[in-house]
Amino acid sequence: MLKIENLHAQVGETSILKGLSLTINAGEIHAIMGPNGAGKSTLAYTLGGRPGYDVTEGSATFDGQDLLALEPHERAAAGLFLGFQYPVEIPGVSNLQFLRESLNSQRRARGEEPLSGAEFIRLAKEKAGLLKMDMDMLKRPVNVGFSGGEKKRNEMVQMGIIDPKLALLDETDSGLDIDALRIVGEGINSIMRKPDKAVLLITHYQRLLDLVKPDFVHVLAGGRIVRSGGAELALELEEQGYEAVA
Amino acid sequence: MTNVIPLPTRKDEAWRYADLDALARVWGDVPQGPERIIVPAGETLSKQIVLPVAMSGVSITDLDVVIEAGATFALHLLATDADYGRMSVNVLLHEGAHFEMGGAILGHADQTLEIVTSVNHAHPNATSNQVVRSVLAGHATGSFLGKVAVARHAQKTDASQSVKAMLLDRTATANAKPELEIYADDVKCAHGATVGELDKAALFYMAARGLPPSIARKLMLQAFIADAFVSLEDDAARETIETRALAALEGLA
Ligand SMILES: Nc1ncnc2c1ncn2[C@@H]1O[C@H](COP(=O)(O)OP(=O)(O)OP(=O)(O)O)[C@@H](O)[C@H]1O
Ligand SMILES: [Mg+2]
Repeated sequence: MLKIENLHAQVGETSILKGLSLTINAGEIHAIMGPNGAGKSTLAYTLGGRPGYDVTEGSATFDGQDLLALEPHERAAAGLFLGFQYPVEIPGVSNLQFLRESLNSQRRARGEEPLSGAEFIRLAKEKAGLLKMDMDMLKRPVNVGFSGGEKKRNEMVQMGIIDPKLALLDETDSGLDIDALRIVGEGINSIMRKPDKAVLLITHYQRLLDLVKPDFVHVLAGGRIVRSGGAELALELEEQGYEAVA
Repeated sequence: MTNVIPLPTRKDEAWRYADLDALARVWGDVPQGPERIIVPAGETLSKQIVLPVAMSGVSITDLDVVIEAGATFALHLLATDADYGRMSVNVLLHEGAHFEMGGAILGHADQTLEIVTSVNHAHPNATSNQVVRSVLAGHATGSFLGKVAVARHAQKTDASQSVKAMLLDRTATANAKPELEIYADDVKCAHGATVGELDKAALFYMAARGLPPSIARKLMLQAFIADAFVSLEDDAARETIETRALAALEGLA
């Protein structure tokens, strides 16, 4: 589904990704762990096409097409979802309006019929229910005044509504309380654990991986994948730290 | 009818950002003297004005408003269709009166658009609230000059101004100039002014959810100028002026 080869990227003048390769197949869940500043968020932003994150070498193909040639909104329409480490506030624009416009833009780009208002509300209610989020929060402006944990939960409601093929979730678990973590973990499983979908979880903690069991765990350090293994690698990391393992 | 009033000059504070060359070309033809409005004591009046389209490209509206004791005047303005457009409002508030104003200035190319207000709190217990939102592209200049005068015995005056401008291009200019003349001591006068650009982080966030840049910008700008019209209570009237504003926004990009 996603094939990254020898990816080099810089932010401004600074090289951050230095030859990163990673392949994710449909049906798989991958986790990336790594020290602060290793380049995990940079990887997510680069794949999402954030302005200012420039690829200098290497490639990324998504379902056979050149991901890096697409505009950010085209990447989303192609089925890529980015869960933000720091979700952004959009004053004055309600979650429902934002998500309905987003979903329908994606659908139009794929040649599908846009959802009617009623169809959309039904879908939004279902996904908000799955993540145990109050519908009233979806009427509020996007992330404005949401607590850290509420923002992360909102990312998952958005993922449920958009129903992507591949989700890159950047520290979705950070900032969640114990109950919220369980709800979000179950949400990820129910939305994304399907044979035709895949997930890349960026996380610092085993707790999320207990809930969403990864098939592969990678260590990102110094802008590259320095070690890969199965779910047991995360446990090893938790016990011994990055220095010993990677 | 020839005009006997002399052409304003830049020395006149209320005209400091005006396009005086454009004004000079039409000076003989612009309507002379303000439209007078009196809101009788205790009554409520709401008025919306969209700057009219003029053949000459110069469009000026001028209001002189007296709000009598306990009365409320709500005024909503849209300045967009003119090469040089000016909306000026002079308000006199009597005891316990309220003046509510929301204005949007939406310009592009070489437009010069301005809203100039003078709000006179001549008596106690009156309140005024002015909200102005500007979206400027190209080489447009949008200005708000807001004078608030509080007379010596006009205690418990509460006057506020919120002025925000969004520049879509670095070549556009926004001016916000409050002028406070306060002679009473027990008053509240709040003023806030900001100039910004569309939030790039928000634009990327919206793109990451599949919104093309044109729709993302539209949603953000629509939300931004909505502040100018929230105080318009009549839903139908609000929708009418907002629809005009949205059409103008579409033309800016
Ligand atoms: N705009 C920027 N200009 C220069 N350097 C930057 C910029 N943005 C990020 N960096 C640097 O890039 C490196 C990688 O940052 P990134 O956010 O990808 O790390 P991360 O692995 O996600 O870390 P964390 O675990 O703390 O979230 C860091 O050293 C960071 O300081
Ligand atoms: Mg990060």
